[in-house]
Amino acid sequence: MTTTQPQTEASTTPQPPRRRAPLTWRQRLGRWDVKLSPYLYIAPFWIVFAVVGLFPIVYTAFISFQDWDLVRNTGTMTGFDNFAFVLQDREFWLSLRNTFSIFVLSSVPQIIIATFIAAMLDKNIRAKTFWRMGVLLPYVVAPVAVALIFSNMFGDKYGLINGVLGDLGIAPIAWHVDVIPSHFAIATMVNFRWTGYNALILLAAMQAIPRDLYEAAAIDGAGTLRRFFSVTLPQIRPTMIFVIITSTIGGLQIFDEPRMYDTNGQGGSNHQWETITLYLYNMGWVDFDFGRAAAVAWILFIIIVAFGLLNFAVTRRFIAGDAAVKATKVKKVKK
Amino acid sequence: MSLSRRKTTFGFAAGAATLAIALAGCGSSSEPTSSNTATAGGGSGDEPVTLTLATFNQFGYSADSEGGADYAYDLIAEYEELHPNVTIVYNVADTSNTARENFFTKLGPGGLADVEAIEVDWLPEAMQYSDMLADLTNADLDGNWLDWKVQAATDADGRLIAYGTDIGPEAICYNVDAFEEAGLPTDPTEVAAAIDGDWSKFFDLGAQYTEATGKGFYEENAAVLQGMIGQLEAPYEDPATDEIVALDNPEVKAVYDELTAASEAGLSAGLQQWGDDWAAGMANGDYAVTLCPAWFLGVIEGNAPEGNWDIANAFPNGGGNWGGSYLTVPASGANVEAATEFAAWLTAPEQQAKAFENVGAFPSSPDAAASDAVQSYTREFFNDAPAGEIYAERAAAVTVSPYKGSHYFQVNDAMVNALRRVDEGTMNAADSWAQFEADVQAIG
Repeated sequence: MTTTQPQTEASTTPQPPRRRAPLTWRQRLGRWDVKLSPYLYIAPFWIVFAVVGLFPIVYTAFISFQDWDLVRNTGTMTGFDNFAFVLQDREFWLSLRNTFSIFVLSSVPQIIIATFIAAMLDKNIRAKTFWRMGVLLPYVVAPVAVALIFSNMFGDKYGLINGVLGDLGIAPIAWHVDVIPSHFAIATMVNFRWTGYNALILLAAMQAIPRDLYEAAAIDGAGTLRRFFSVTLPQIRPTMIFVIITSTIGGLQIFDEPRMYDTNGQGGSNHQWETITLYLYNMGWVDFDFGRAAAVAWILFIIIVAFGLLNFAVTRRFIAGDAAVKATKVKKVKK
Repeated sequence: MSLSRRKTTFGFAAGAATLAIALAGCGSSSEPTSSNTATAGGGSGDEPVTLTLATFNQFGYSADSEGGADYAYDLIAEYEELHPNVTIVYNVADTSNTARENFFTKLGPGGLADVEAIEVDWLPEAMQYSDMLADLTNADLDGNWLDWKVQAATDADGRLIAYGTDIGPEAICYNVDAFEEAGLPTDPTEVAAAIDGDWSKFFDLGAQYTEATGKGFYEENAAVLQGMIGQLEAPYEDPATDEIVALDNPEVKAVYDELTAASEAGLSAGLQQWGDDWAAGMANGDYAVTLCPAWFLGVIEGNAPEGNWDIANAFPNGGGNWGGSYLTVPASGANVEAATEFAAWLTAPEQQAKAFENVGAFPSSPDAAASDAVQSYTREFFNDAPAGEIYAERAAAVTVSPYKGSHYFQVNDAMVNALRRVDEGTMNAADSWAQFEADVQAIG
């Protein structure tokens, strides 16, 4: 990296090859410009990232090994005690269970529905922009507002949904008592907010699919469904992976919805819907135990990275394996 | 602070790490806290001083900053008039929770207002850092507050770290129509007589009500718990050592047993306080009584505007307090002396009476409670009940200020959850107590 070619530097006046003339200030500046300026241009991002991203991560790790006093900004080293406590805490495992349960109940239907909506929007419909903007509307509503409205609908006694169920002669559901109904209600809020957003991303990917692929498939006798599964899905695979990874990260960090689900905001009397981020928040801001909260943050970080990688591997394999993609490519080449 | 969302990191150069370390250096000691105190101007001096005051909700000091309706008095303007050299900057946080997070985040590094309001709910947490708050002890002010109000804000070294503002003496509010339907007395004095006594009398009245109507008597066990626990000297922790003794304290178990028994008899409507169902239930007559501090009157008016409620001048087992606030002066502030003077003035009897007229914050000063403005106060919604008189009496009945140590709220939360599990039917009383034991053992 440090070696340069003297010939180019001193091209105007021929010099003996071994001795290099000392560079002038101007020349030196020119060299630095070429070499350093790219780093300079990307520096703002890295500086900002270091301050608001990396520093908190490192600092959180530092705090997680201490019995930390937020106010005095001091702590005593306790080694892995915080991690040991968290891993032995019943509340932690319950919140992990809740997080995954809510994640599955939200992400899976969300992506299936989003793909379906995107496929519909990809068709020739009237007032395209209107429909496309329409699916994004829930995303514009603040999550706290969504949570307020839905918590009201999912009220145990005077909620809208139990009211309708009552009219139909069905026993009311204890949304704030039973585990699965509470997860379902929270997942509904998450889906309401994110389905349209994911649909638009998938739609963008679908629109980038060359139309001649569909024509070719149609000529070969493929019906609508077959075209969807054999052309659309394989073609949007990279975007699909992106959507799945981002909704995994988001899904494992669900906070606003369970926090706003009841007035107490602590996840229920028996931790029915306490998610891991809520557990973290309670540990920090309710119990004022920032050492343990930092340990939870790191455990969550590791879980998300591990789960993201696993997800990536699985998704790559299962969403129309490589063979299908290759087959379409070969077809295209043959034409 | 630092617990925000994190992003996936990739391989990273040492340069960024160096930067992080440099930042850690400035994060820990950025505020020049001690250097300013030396120059603190005397409150009575003539040099111009700017004081900052931070409260939350509505303390009744100034309509402009608190976004309230018309106040009869503007205490901030009044103080500035009395002290021409003082300018006051008044900030109001929207909720007590916002104020709490702000208070504890900035208490260490600095950056708090000269006078900071704290709520009684997080006073125990603030007491752990009493050395970072100015000592406000002043013999001239003896008698400005009720004894238990002062006692709760005095630390182990005898330093008074906060001046009391308002309190929440409790009476019992009841739904007149519901009582009538159940064939119970409806006149406030008769109801008061039926309640006056110990808790078993209260539960007996509830049993009569529930038998007659089939409905819950009160909203939920956790709401009544608040009143019962508030009458114990040291419910959850040992005042001498701050150790958690909740599980060995027979009084706590007795409260739990009494409440869960009442719940099994159907006295609890099982509606979580402050929830949507609870608010709707108040209007729909799902329960007939509620423990009712002075500030709660507005809550009932808001939730059950069509209702017919009244106040019984009684509280089981004597008196009880729920809520209230204090003013503190952070020791790291630039104008500690002037700020102390200002806080003392705001919490003096005359000003407390004015704040009561402004927003109904019931004074913690016995003199203010005895003033005409308070005594003559009636509440139209509650059939013109003499609210001022009632609450002054209820305040005088409070004798106990329970010891709240550093784990008070964690233990209390566990207890609230234990009672709610029984109310909801997720667990029976014995299992839920076992879970409470496990939860408490995990604290610490």
